[in-house]
Amino acid sequence: MFNFIARRLAVAIPTILILIVASFMLMYSAPGGPFTRERKLPPEVLANIEAKYGLDKPLPTQIVNYTWGVVAHFDFGPSFKYKDQSVNDLIASGFPVTLTYGSIGFVLAVLIGVGLGVTAAIAQNSWLDYMAVGISIGAQVLPNFVLAPILVLVFTLWLGWLPGGGWNGGAWPNLVMPVIALATSYMASIARITRSSMLEVLNANFIRTARAKGLPTRRIILRHALKPALLPLLSYLGPVFVAMITGSVIVDMYFSTGGIGQYFVNSALNRDYSVIMGITILLGVLTITFNLVVDILYAWIDPKIRL
Amino acid sequence: MANLLNPVNMPDTLVRATVDVQGRSLWRDAWGRFMRNRAAFWSLITLVCVGIFATVGPFMAVWSNQDIDWAVLGNVAEMGRPAIANGHYFGTDELGRDLFARTVQGTQISLMVGIVGAIIAVIVGTLYGAVSGYLGGKVDSVMMRLVDILLSIPYMFVLILMLVVFGKSIVMLFIGIGLLSWLEMSRIVRGQTLSLKNKEFVEAAIATGVRPLRIILRHIVPNLMGVVAVYATLLVPSMIIYESFISFLGLGVQEPMTSLGALISAGSSQMRYGVLWQIGFPLGIFIIILFSLFFVGDGLRDALDPKDR
Repeated sequence: MFNFIARRLAVAIPTILILIVASFMLMYSAPGGPFTRERKLPPEVLANIEAKYGLDKPLPTQIVNYTWGVVAHFDFGPSFKYKDQSVNDLIASGFPVTLTYGSIGFVLAVLIGVGLGVTAAIAQNSWLDYMAVGISIGAQVLPNFVLAPILVLVFTLWLGWLPGGGWNGGAWPNLVMPVIALATSYMASIARITRSSMLEVLNANFIRTARAKGLPTRRIILRHALKPALLPLLSYLGPVFVAMITGSVIVDMYFSTGGIGQYFVNSALNRDYSVIMGITILLGVLTITFNLVVDILYAWIDPKIRL
Repeated sequence: MANLLNPVNMPDTLVRATVDVQGRSLWRDAWGRFMRNRAAFWSLITLVCVGIFATVGPFMAVWSNQDIDWAVLGNVAEMGRPAIANGHYFGTDELGRDLFARTVQGTQISLMVGIVGAIIAVIVGTLYGAVSGYLGGKVDSVMMRLVDILLSIPYMFVLILMLVVFGKSIVMLFIGIGLLSWLEMSRIVRGQTLSLKNKEFVEAAIATGVRPLRIILRHIVPNLMGVVAVYATLLVPSMIIYESFISFLGLGVQEPMTSLGALISAGSSQMRYGVLWQIGFPLGIFIIILFSLFFVGDGLRDALDPKDR
């Protein structure tokens, strides 16, 4: 187990460093500095600003400073466009929003997805099964940027039930559509994975033994089938959790929730390099960390993986 | 003798024997299975229709994708409705540009992204995975570690970062999508190669002194084509979704060019003015493409990948 964790760390840590350095190099090589404006700044002013942000130092020094700032102090530096705000401020204001509806979406996606998948597997080839499979195919083909406008059209413009955007401190009417738009496609994949692994387990010998012993079906499914059937799902849930927590850029953009994705896209459109870089690195670190945690959990539950 | 060669006069058993001797290739067999899958068959036909729409569309369009119809501008909600008479079959967008021409162009971009992504995945992914799996040992673990590292990077964000740094252009978008598309493919191919490389025909090739590269290209790769075809088809919709996603955010294809994602985005911002055709047509075509690709991919998997049957 120790070896396994050490080997995983040996991949994860360099990956994070490579991500930081590569993002920095990308930003550095961008044509036009962050202070290139329509009206040229006087050279002395430009030199002063660059000195203030440490941009006058040689490239290796800048990379080391930036990486050290990120790794040691979790400091992503100042935003070049939002005056008087650091990238950390922007993340601190955007991340809780995304975290809120991301976690709600995740819990719902897992509950409904697993429920659908298990039901479909138990009632294989019945109308229930076909309905579940149909829903999951449909949901898979509707990515969130297709779903979001449809939701707004139906619930805001036609029915007038829900507000078309905004955050409003996380009031539930504002939460409904972002959560649905975010969770639906993941819910569908979870249902599909659960269904196929549940089917496999239900045909296994130990389930037949349990049936032969005369155990009630409910007990067989809850006590014997569910745990091994949900194992393959675990490795899928890690990346999904990060993807949902870091929020879909589209959901943040489309519903103007003020989440982290909105800052990301606005910075991308405004060439605010330090913000894009900061968010990319933050999400990268989160993704890598969660994959690591899930891998270790998985190896802990199922020792066969540890090879 | 002449009688015997005529199938009508042959006894039943003999007829069956001749048919059996003819044999059926793997691909012929798979094709039969694919055609029997109704959803896959009709999806393929739909895809062909969408392809025809994308290629023939420009010749049918009365307007170009960037000309503004000044007669319509200013009163798009009334005058810009879909109509045959003024040549705006799909209506116009909020600037009075012909939506039919724009949808055709968006469809072209989407299909192109899907195809280019799949081709890159097939060429790079197959070679990379086959080489890695066949050589094995240290080379294999280094090559696969690299794929692991690349896969653990949040690609959407890095791609957007690249688009911002190097300029938003369609070429950059293709490069970005190409960089990402081959990773999963190389893993799958590697796994298949591992199971192939100890088969007798490879051993025979090694024994007769065939070079490794030639073994990979002539003996391993042809045997991988079934799996590769299946995963390439399944890859196309996700490539199309990536491109539309980025264009939806306004970071992908730039004006006057357009793509389905950009059209859906533009249409959804105009929805509240009651101009629903502006979102309806691009969205409809997008969903049709994705649905058909999904069923074709699924049908191909059933037909070619014996493991899941």
